[in-house]
Amino acid sequence: MSQTIAEKILAAKAGLERVKPGQIVDAYPDLVMSHTATWRSVSVMKKIGAKRLYDPNRLAIVLDHISPAKTEKYAADQQTSRNFAREYGIEKFYDVDAGIAHLVLMEHGHVKPGDLIVGTDSHCTIYGALGALGSGIGYTEVASVWVTGKLWMKVPTTIKLTLNGRFAAGVSAKDLMLYLIGTLGADGCGYKSVEFYGSALPQMSVSERMTMANLAMEMGSKCVFIPPDEKTSEWLLPRLKDPASYQPVFADPEAVYEQSIDIDLAKLTPMIACPHQVENTKPVAEVMGTRIDQAFLGSCANGKYEDLVVAADILAGRKIDPRVRLIVTPGSKEIMLEAMRTGVLATLIESGALVTNPGCGACAGDGGTMADGEVSLSTANRNFVGRMGSNKSSIYLSSPATLAASALKGAIADPREFLR
Amino acid sequence: MQDKITGRIYKFGDNVNSDIIIAGRYLIYIDPVKLAEHAFEMLGEGFPARLRSFDILVAGRNFGCGSAREQASTAIQGLGIKAVVAASFARTFYRNAINDGLPIFECPAVYDAVAEGDELSIDLAAGLISHSGRDYEFPRIPESVAKILQLGGLANYLKSTLEAGAAPR
Repeated sequence: MSQTIAEKILAAKAGLERVKPGQIVDAYPDLVMSHTATWRSVSVMKKIGAKRLYDPNRLAIVLDHISPAKTEKYAADQQTSRNFAREYGIEKFYDVDAGIAHLVLMEHGHVKPGDLIVGTDSHCTIYGALGALGSGIGYTEVASVWVTGKLWMKVPTTIKLTLNGRFAAGVSAKDLMLYLIGTLGADGCGYKSVEFYGSALPQMSVSERMTMANLAMEMGSKCVFIPPDEKTSEWLLPRLKDPASYQPVFADPEAVYEQSIDIDLAKLTPMIACPHQVENTKPVAEVMGTRIDQAFLGSCANGKYEDLVVAADILAGRKIDPRVRLIVTPGSKEIMLEAMRTGVLATLIESGALVTNPGCGACAGDGGTMADGEVSLSTANRNFVGRMGSNKSSIYLSSPATLAASALKGAIADPREFLR
Repeated sequence: MQDKITGRIYKFGDNVNSDIIIAGRYLIYIDPVKLAEHAFEMLGEGFPARLRSFDILVAGRNFGCGSAREQASTAIQGLGIKAVVAASFARTFYRNAINDGLPIFECPAVYDAVAEGDELSIDLAAGLISHSGRDYEFPRIPESVAKILQLGGLANYLKSTLEAGAAPR
């Protein structure tokens, strides 16, 4: 019988010939990611008296959320994580200088097609951009996988999304995802796997695919899959320690999908998620002119090099509205270095941006805190009440292009007005 | 875990996210009492204090969506809440609740039927939730997973398997 990618990978990681939706299996992930939450998993290990790890090579630790530490408590927790990594010889340990865990792990070749990856972050779905299955779990469960090597997983049903056509100028992967989340709802893909196909995919960059796989979490997806192709191998092969380990896995052509949805990218327009739910989306045209106090360009959704370039292209030679604070947080050290070398950072700074060190930054409430009544526009993936400070502030979400245009205007603006 | 859970309910709507349940700035805690002091405070004045007089939370679709933070279920337990009944749960919250020993029940019909302050009775053995003389069936948690909940969470479960000598290699 034909299998979806979730069925295929979960069967392989559970040592089974085949599995079917609804079945519960004991799966052995290839990688267990923990970020700033690592100290909590360490405390669970202590509490249960476990001393040995199933396989230290399967652990990856990245201190990304509050980096560098801003209070003694954060410092102590990071120290716990650092000491644990040292004690157990965790080679895939990245300290506060590295950036956002998801991006760092992909950039360093720790994620490859066919892998099953779990971690202390809901946006683990992003690994689907490289043809791997990723899913978020809590810190106790991470400790459990550290010790036992496995976790129970229910085999999900799958939704097939087929993308055809090309984006119009000023429209991007972020607009596509906001459109989808708005249409399908915050639980439109609840408990389900999402596979992307279509004639539009070969033209989409790895960076765009990361945005798609990341945002798919906001419609409840358990995991995401974008079939690896030439773009994937070109990006990933030079990053893999063992290039021979690049062995893409694909769904069978006759696999059974619960639902199939076709999207024509050419019909999409710039989109905005309004406060306080990601599913509360509207075309930019409907909220144009809404005043903003802060604009945040960053996060695992849109803090990548290409995202910074899109914003810089619009901001080059222009000045942002003086009433707006534009905060730029590159997703990783690699991204920041590239943006430095190519002059993108200089362009952003000259336009009036404040550039911070790489990491989760304001998306995770690290800097850029909002006061009562303030409005933030953000390229991140969540606009929940109070996420960036006061519960009387509000957050809109957009693409990097819309964000740059809005920073110039001091109010939500249509990026197509500023394209050169 | 008790065989029967009874008490007064507080009712939420759809898509209650884990940032609302416990804001990111409090993830420096893992202690239920400490977390409960700030649970749901994003909802404004009166929270979380007013939730302390209720025993069971009832919610609509996609309860606990968003962040995978386990402290969302820990904070709810810290408030003295004994169970959560929802039309549906976000998958990370569902797992975290089980791993945290917080009983959860998926039952859309109950959500439609109840109002704040109503009495609810959950019979785990019978698989029934009772409300004003009517019984509602809920789908049982798979047996292999229910064991985790019965032992009060994944840490206890793991401890018991380690002690039983089923130690991992």
